Amino acid sequence: MDVILFLIFAIVAVVCAINVVVQTHPISSAVSLIGVMGSLAILYLLLGAEFIAAAQVIVYAGAVMVLFVFVIMLLNAGAEVRRGRSLMVQLLGIPLLISFLGLVAWFVERIYPPTARVQFGGFTGGTPRAIGQALFTTYLLPFEVTSILILIAILGAIVLARKEID
Amino acid sequence: MMSAVPVYWFLMLSAVLFALGVAGFLFRRNIITVFMSIELMLNAVNLSFVTFSYQLKQVNGHLFTFFVMVVAAAEAAVGLAIILTVFKNRSTLNIDEVNSLKN
Repeated sequence: MDVILFLIFAIVAVVCAINVVVQTHPISSAVSLIGVMGSLAILYLLLGAEFIAAAQVIVYAGAVMVLFVFVIMLLNAGAEVRRGRSLMVQLLGIPLLISFLGLVAWFVERIYPPTARVQFGGFTGGTPRAIGQALFTTYLLPFEVTSILILIAILGAIVLARKEID
Repeated sequence: MMSAVPVYWFLMLSAVLFALGVAGFLFRRNIITVFMSIELMLNAVNLSFVTFSYQLKQVNGHLFTFFVMVVAAAEAAVGLAIILTVFKNRSTLNIDEVNSLKN
């Protein structure tokens, strides 16, 4: 059951991610990216990360992607014009990516033997209670720094969107 | 135990998503799509963090994922404001045409 669930949503995630890369129109890429984020939320649930799954749907698939779609609509972004790339990119791009992937796969296979397995309900420490406890004790300083980061980001966004630069 | 998923499948999925994000970041020419590829890479790394958290039976990975999400949200706000400003001044979204630092 877990394997079937994992396979379905892993395939959905990979197909949507390929779609993000190959689609020419930004709005198609954005909708595919929402598909990736939704299926990743299901996989987080499988790994026992309830709070992170909820935050993924609310923050990523909700807030961030709405912002993306809003900007695409606002700028009336059209389809991307395909132009010839340099010969080196055409020849080396895909083989380099595949070799990078193969290297990572080799390391992962060496480090994690197939006996290490994930089962639904195998880890129940991802509840909001446990996360809140860790957030306000061990990670209190990063949490406070994060609030300053968000304040700076809001100020930066307002200043950038308002000012005319010539 | 036959119904359980091997841990390295999750890590492999994360690697595949990250590689696709790198491909989009390098090959695409639309500035918004490049930005979305960065989000894809951040998501792939988040999946790795949560998987390690499961494997080690600790909650720390979830906290890292939470902070990555917060930083990604802040980054999206600032980045899209920069894209708006670039479009206002240049009337283009093609990253090849934004090259005034080059000459």
